[in-house]
Amino acid sequence: MIQIDVNKKLHGSSGDMDLDVNLHIDEGDFVALTGQSGSGKTTLLRILAGLEEANGTLQIGDKVWLDGKYALSPKKRGIGFVFQDYALFPNMSVEENLLFVNKDKALAKHLLEMTELDPLKSRVPNTLSGGQQQRVSLCRALMNRPKLLLMDEPLSALDPGMRTKLQNEIMALHKEFGTTTIMVSHDPSEIYRLAHRVVVLDQGKIINDGSPKEVLLKTSGSQKFSFEGELLDIVKTDVIHIAIVSIGQQLVEVVVDETQAKSLTTGGSVTVSTKAFAPIILPHN
Amino acid sequence: MPEILQNLEFTPFILSFKLAGITTLVLFVIAVPLAWYLSQTTSKAKPFLEAFTALPIVLPPSVLGFYILVALSQNSPLGAFFDDYFGVKLVFNFTGLVVASCFYSLPFMVQPLQGGFESLNKNMLEASYIAGKSKLQTVFKVALPNIKPALLTAIIITFAHTVGEFGVVLMVGGSIPGETKVASVAIYEMVEIMDYTSAHIYSAIMVIISFLVLLSVYVFNYRQNKKIGGFHS
Repeated sequence: MIQIDVNKKLHGSSGDMDLDVNLHIDEGDFVALTGQSGSGKTTLLRILAGLEEANGTLQIGDKVWLDGKYALSPKKRGIGFVFQDYALFPNMSVEENLLFVNKDKALAKHLLEMTELDPLKSRVPNTLSGGQQQRVSLCRALMNRPKLLLMDEPLSALDPGMRTKLQNEIMALHKEFGTTTIMVSHDPSEIYRLAHRVVVLDQGKIINDGSPKEVLLKTSGSQKFSFEGELLDIVKTDVIHIAIVSIGQQLVEVVVDETQAKSLTTGGSVTVSTKAFAPIILPHN
Repeated sequence: MPEILQNLEFTPFILSFKLAGITTLVLFVIAVPLAWYLSQTTSKAKPFLEAFTALPIVLPPSVLGFYILVALSQNSPLGAFFDDYFGVKLVFNFTGLVVASCFYSLPFMVQPLQGGFESLNKNMLEASYIAGKSKLQTVFKVALPNIKPALLTAIIITFAHTVGEFGVVLMVGGSIPGETKVASVAIYEMVEIMDYTSAHIYSAIMVIISFLVLLSVYVFNYRQNKKIGGFHS
């Protein structure tokens, strides 16, 4: 059981704000932390790691990590941390990166085999691809069998194919080690696949907290098919107007009438939805 | 010609390199913690410390030499203290030269190291702390091994700069043969007594050695930059 009750004044790009978070996390849970950039997600993660100071209390199991003036140093917290930019040690081989944390050769071998990195164990990080480096970073974070694993947008620098592969590996590692995990992510599909719980931060406060299904599925009323997107352009052809909307990685065209076209501004955020509709799903071959 | 070489006194060169070697070693021990502190701190004292460290670059060696003389002579409290309690005189001997050289060459050791430490990925250092390592372990196992070119530059430039010292050495050490008469001072004296042959030989030796030292640094850095791939040895 992790009890978080912290607050900190932040001087962000959008002015000052108060990070004020009160959160209980069950042991073995996988929590995704999401929200606009600048909402305090990374700061919260860094406070948990002890890399940043804060007021309040932090209790992990029966151990107190933070209480008023007292703060346990990061090296004594025994956590795992996966950085967005991998942060591997360039002067050490893949295996040495793992053994630097803990001289448990059997565990290192097991982790490297699980992530198919065993053949690369003598290579230095600079000779690996981004996906391979992040797998090394993930393995390294688990080398001290942490009670708490923190991941700061671990897959955001990788291409979609590599993301899916690493999501599977994160899932497998979480199943095997049962580590309580907090992951910062912007990717709804990633959150849906990995997390049991989603916490949404905005301006330093929790504005939503629930299962991925409750938080992420943005359908309301009778709408069954609904997407958030960005309106890129409205093109007038003869008598109709076509709105071009970017949804995820795809562009779609939606026919709109003249009054609607006038009420929309390009560059704005829009919802594209439909009610009576029977979509067909076909697998890719 | 060979006769001249045979009669040539090499003690000034040996003294120069001994002085440079000891100064580099002492400065390395002092500069690593100082450079690390400067690279990591957000304290308001940082610009003051940086400016103080850089002073020897801009000050005329005579100014530095003068202050060191004043501070370390037997008439000063510090000089008297060392003389009374340790029986060590700090001016006009080799020990005094080492102390003066350490001041004179400090920025040449601190600045490359600080630059190297500042260029390190902060997350990487944090990853080391999170892995349970202390600051000392992080500096020696993670930070220093990853700034090898900066480390080598600092060591070689400090060494070369100390060998090239003249003004401070002359003021603090004088020219006592076998004690404080280093190569640069010896050349100065040869020119004064118009012994141009010896001055030529001494100067040529200095040029060749200095060039070879600098060349080795640049070759090493060139190879380090090229070496991006390959297996870890």
